Amino acid sequence: MRLEIGEIIIDDVQFGNSTKVENGTLFVNADEIKSIVLEDEHISSVDIDLAKPGESIRITPVKDVIEPRVKVSGNGGIFPGIINKVDTVGTGRTNVLKGCAVVTCGKIVGFQEGIIDMTGPGAKYTPFSKLNNIVLVIKPKEGLKQYDYEHATRMAGLKIATYLGEATKEVTPDTVIPYETKSLFEQADLYPDLPKVAYVYMLQTQGLMHDTYVYGVDAKKIVPTLLYPTEIMDGAILSGNCVSACDKNTTYHHLNNPIIKNLYEKDGKEINFMGVIITNENVYLADKERSSNFTAKLSRYLGLDGVIISQEGFGNPDTDLIMNCKKIEDEGIKTVIVTDEYAGRDGSSQSLADADPKADAVVTGGNANQLIHLPPMEKIIGMLDYVDKIAGSFDGSLSEDGSIVAELQVITGATNELGFNKLSAKTY
Amino acid sequence: MKKVKVVHYINQFFAGIGGEEKANITPELREGIVGPGMALKAALGENAEIVATIICGDSYFNENLEKATNEIIDMVKSLEVDMFIAGPAFNAGRYGTACGSICKSVQETLNIPVLTGMYIENPGADLYKKDIYILSTTNNAAGMRKAVPAMAKFALKLMNNEEIGSPEDEGYLERGIRVNYFNEKNGAERAIDMLIKKLKGEPFKTEYPMPVFDNVTPGEAIIDLSNAKIALVTSGGIVPKGNPDRIESSSASKYGKYSIEGINDLTEDAYETAHGGYDPCYANQDADRVLPVDVLRDLESEGMIGSLHNYFYSTVGNGTSVKNSKAYSRSIAKELHSDGVDAVILTST
Repeated sequence: MRLEIGEIIIDDVQFGNSTKVENGTLFVNADEIKSIVLEDEHISSVDIDLAKPGESIRITPVKDVIEPRVKVSGNGGIFPGIINKVDTVGTGRTNVLKGCAVVTCGKIVGFQEGIIDMTGPGAKYTPFSKLNNIVLVIKPKEGLKQYDYEHATRMAGLKIATYLGEATKEVTPDTVIPYETKSLFEQADLYPDLPKVAYVYMLQTQGLMHDTYVYGVDAKKIVPTLLYPTEIMDGAILSGNCVSACDKNTTYHHLNNPIIKNLYEKDGKEINFMGVIITNENVYLADKERSSNFTAKLSRYLGLDGVIISQEGFGNPDTDLIMNCKKIEDEGIKTVIVTDEYAGRDGSSQSLADADPKADAVVTGGNANQLIHLPPMEKIIGMLDYVDKIAGSFDGSLSEDGSIVAELQVITGATNELGFNKLSAKTY
Repeated sequence: MKKVKVVHYINQFFAGIGGEEKANITPELREGIVGPGMALKAALGENAEIVATIICGDSYFNENLEKATNEIIDMVKSLEVDMFIAGPAFNAGRYGTACGSICKSVQETLNIPVLTGMYIENPGADLYKKDIYILSTTNNAAGMRKAVPAMAKFALKLMNNEEIGSPEDEGYLERGIRVNYFNEKNGAERAIDMLIKKLKGEPFKTEYPMPVFDNVTPGEAIIDLSNAKIALVTSGGIVPKGNPDRIESSSASKYGKYSIEGINDLTEDAYETAHGGYDPCYANQDADRVLPVDVLRDLESEGMIGSLHNYFYSTVGNGTSVKNSKAYSRSIAKELHSDGVDAVILTST
């Protein structure tokens, strides 16, 4: 499977009469966005706002972040099984509006949404402070159940990202990057002397709105399976999560998975990148056992020498992470795990809820319990009324002047476990 | 600039009083420098002055811990110094534990910076490296010439309240505290670099060495439930409506203790969850789903269990550190024990 990613660099976003890209500026028609969002009868209103890097803006409560993409050629459309038909994606050409994102906001659960600061100390911790964001603050019809609210907000974000992508289908990309993974035997033959490496991609599926979707399927109902890496770049995996903001994978993270990107960079040079094994993080022990048995079995089946395993979330999924690591190591396959830490505010506690000596190669996205002081911003997009209750905050987190003292946990993407950020932790 | 006043603690051997036969001498305060204090004074330079030296026998200190500690603290207090430096103790075991122990006590009671130095395998290192800064030294006094300037440099940093870098940069023994920093590479690149090294059999460094997990052995089974007093404890965040103790939705800094005397059912009007790690909808509708008071009351009236304890304990497990969890469980267990509770049903989410 071969996919070309055509990057259209966006360095500014503005409201305009029609949605288009001109000289690196994305113009968006707010009325059209509004009418698309309000097609959903569950939504009573939507406020559309822009937030650019360096502006004194705080966005909260953030649910998801989505990068606009469009399929220019090849099979199917973006977000198969949800927005487009459930065709197999991952081939041909996909255009990407690089440097911008759709951010959806709404107090769906209240304490499971996050904060994005566009400037100041908080901005350093979230990759989304570097993007030109089109923010949708979505209000539900009265009495709407939170599950329906989550669904409506998720769909609104995906629809608008798709709409923005579509409108720029004809634009010539600034760069085109090809990615290719061949069929199993061809791929193995391509670099017979290099170690065969795959990626075990754990998806948050604890349920009750801790959900991830694969081609439209709720991933807690899958058994671990194989994907071509390029399928993921076309939106085969997307987030339906309302969970602690710092280490949930937004749809933007899935589309731009840095482990996949970096494995491709080393492919044919130091490793032979064989593909992606997706698995879940269900809460029942039998599911955990079955899924980790499957990842180990598939790793052996593919004849792998090494795998990278990434986690999503913390606590309960730590057990899935360690089970995957242990069982794959037991197959004689080398592992590196990517996680984050909950070492307490003073950093002196042990960081994970499960551990095993076989997990001897760990990459950490940092200690999510570390406190951060976020100074007031001139403008709030969304609302502050839940700040004292977001996971990672506490009574008194929000001061009268609008400043916030809370754990890094409140910041969207701060301790991402796909290795998206440069943040790490060491022992002092 | 005001000269910083330092007091130096050493044992009988380094004071030149004697070896093992003099290890029982009681704490003694001498003005100015003694023994290794000479080198320390030179290394500290212009900005700090060792005003006095406290000498104590290693056996005396370790065998009369409380008394010796109090005596020494009184001495330090009377000197009104700005910093306390002990050792270095190299690999001398009792000297190392004395240096570590007295540094910790001085830091806690007098709230001034403290510093000692010792070899990583000194038993005092393991005991006290979490509480205080211990400069890493060689295993014998031949390393004095290197150890003293390093200690002086680090002591000046502590005195001036400068930012302390990592153990690698500063030369102190790891204290087990996780500190965030920005690496040059993102996590994905680091993971792949690490995997390539691991595949090649080259040395690599994990970013988080696995902790040693303690497994709790379950208590003995209760043979006769009909006389047993059962308590409910949860990490699922069930609290009286309004969350009176403001238990955090994640990383809880406390637990709550709530009376359920005369309550047979946790209703939607009176109870809710404070937990931020799961969809609270079902727990808020009926908190018995997380904390089964209704079922236990039934069992109580059926005579299946002796009684349900009149209080339940609740915290939020979401993102709460193991260290805090351990502290809460210790304190809860103590109370349950003194209230005559025979068994506990622990519910999570």
